[in-house]
Amino acid sequence: MANIIEFQNVHKSFGELKVLDDLNLHVEPGEKLALIGPSGSGKTTILRILMTLETLSSGRIIVDGDYLWHEEKGGRLIEASDAHLHKMRNGIGMVFQHFNLFPHLTAVQNIEQPQILVRRTPKIEAREKAMELLGLVGLSDKQNHFPHELSGGQQQRVAIARSLAMDPKIMLFDEVTSALDPELVDEVLNVLRRLAADSDTTMLTVTHEMHFARDFADRVLFFDKGKIVEAGKPEEIFTHPKEERTRNFLSKFITVT
Amino acid sequence: MGQILEFTPLLIEGTWMTIKLTVVSAVLALVISFVVGLSRLSSSRSVRVLATIYLEFFRGTSALVQMFFMFYVLPLLGLTLSPFTAGVIACGFNLGSYGSEVVRGAVQSVGKGQHEASTALNYTVYQRYRYVLIPQAVPMMIPPFGNLLIELMKLTAVTSLITIADLTFVAQIIRAQTAMTLEPFLLILVIYFLIASVLVGFTDFVARSIARKRHITLAGVRRS
Repeated sequence: MANIIEFQNVHKSFGELKVLDDLNLHVEPGEKLALIGPSGSGKTTILRILMTLETLSSGRIIVDGDYLWHEEKGGRLIEASDAHLHKMRNGIGMVFQHFNLFPHLTAVQNIEQPQILVRRTPKIEAREKAMELLGLVGLSDKQNHFPHELSGGQQQRVAIARSLAMDPKIMLFDEVTSALDPELVDEVLNVLRRLAADSDTTMLTVTHEMHFARDFADRVLFFDKGKIVEAGKPEEIFTHPKEERTRNFLSKFITVT
Repeated sequence: MGQILEFTPLLIEGTWMTIKLTVVSAVLALVISFVVGLSRLSSSRSVRVLATIYLEFFRGTSALVQMFFMFYVLPLLGLTLSPFTAGVIACGFNLGSYGSEVVRGAVQSVGKGQHEASTALNYTVYQRYRYVLIPQAVPMMIPPFGNLLIELMKLTAVTSLITIADLTFVAQIIRAQTAMTLEPFLLILVIYFLIASVLVGFTDFVARSIARKRHITLAGVRRS
């Protein structure tokens, strides 16, 4: 099957700092990927580049058969226009570490407004779908609550529902439990576990929750210093890591958990 | 003091004129605040430069002189404005320049995460401002806008100098016709103050309605 995401020799620097160093990465449709590694290893940057929140310094990215950051014009590859980026973003959704719900809208409005504005879904249908998704994340009774009236875990579940409502082919989860109190982490991770098991959406998650990564992912990528150090099935990475750096990194978690 | 009662109809007319000037100039100032304030955030450099020139010109020169310019100089260039129009433009353009900074500051203070969320949901730039950033910025604009509204109302007194029969103008008439000085000016001070109180009440009302709708408490809003 053709890859849904391909990174070809992607470099990204912030000034002197190299964040991604000649990255090559292929993701199959429906695959669930967990990106792990120390802070500053470039994991989040991958998601942000895919969501077009961050540009790349060089290289190519292909999403669903089309260049993400480039477009072909007269046989030449040029930088993507705003219109091209707008088209490409249609198939991609992202859930953020700090939720980023719209604070002036209620839970249900947060989920229905993007459908109405971006997908041109009729209001009634958008509301129905919003309610259905609130049910899916276990928050049917919170529909008229504003974000500040919800706990962090509840806000994050609303944010997941908001992203799902757009039917993305690719979903990106950027450390979605890092800003939560420990006792609220599981309610969010359980929603994601269920999603990963039930849907054929391609999902990439950056996480520091190793147990979750193991349940969630078909493939785990260990990043360090802008490179993929090791990749493989969760069993392999977590029980028999080949690389010294992976072992070192994982040992810090095993002692804690 | 009883003598001043003879001027009641004139005072009412003057009060009414001050209110009309305030309301019409406020609408103009509000429109300008948003147009110029948002233009200052435009991705187009030329739009930003034009907006900045506007802002610095009207903020940096005297409203009174601007009004004289419109009323006395523009006719020489073939453009004659009625006193009311010249007064409204001078007041509205002036407060609009201050208001544009309120709009710009409030919109800019909305967090980066909101920009990113609207990009991730694939909102257009227009939709991002219209449905995400501006609605969040508006509650922050209300208190400074309330101050500017009172400033504007007081500024309308300068229009008496181009023959508009507002409160200040009426006070001058009374003084000229009766030789009373204390009474008319004391009286219009009170009337100005009462109008300002109504404007404060109006601002609080708007802030409270927004707060109630969004289940929030706003800084500086009196509890009802």
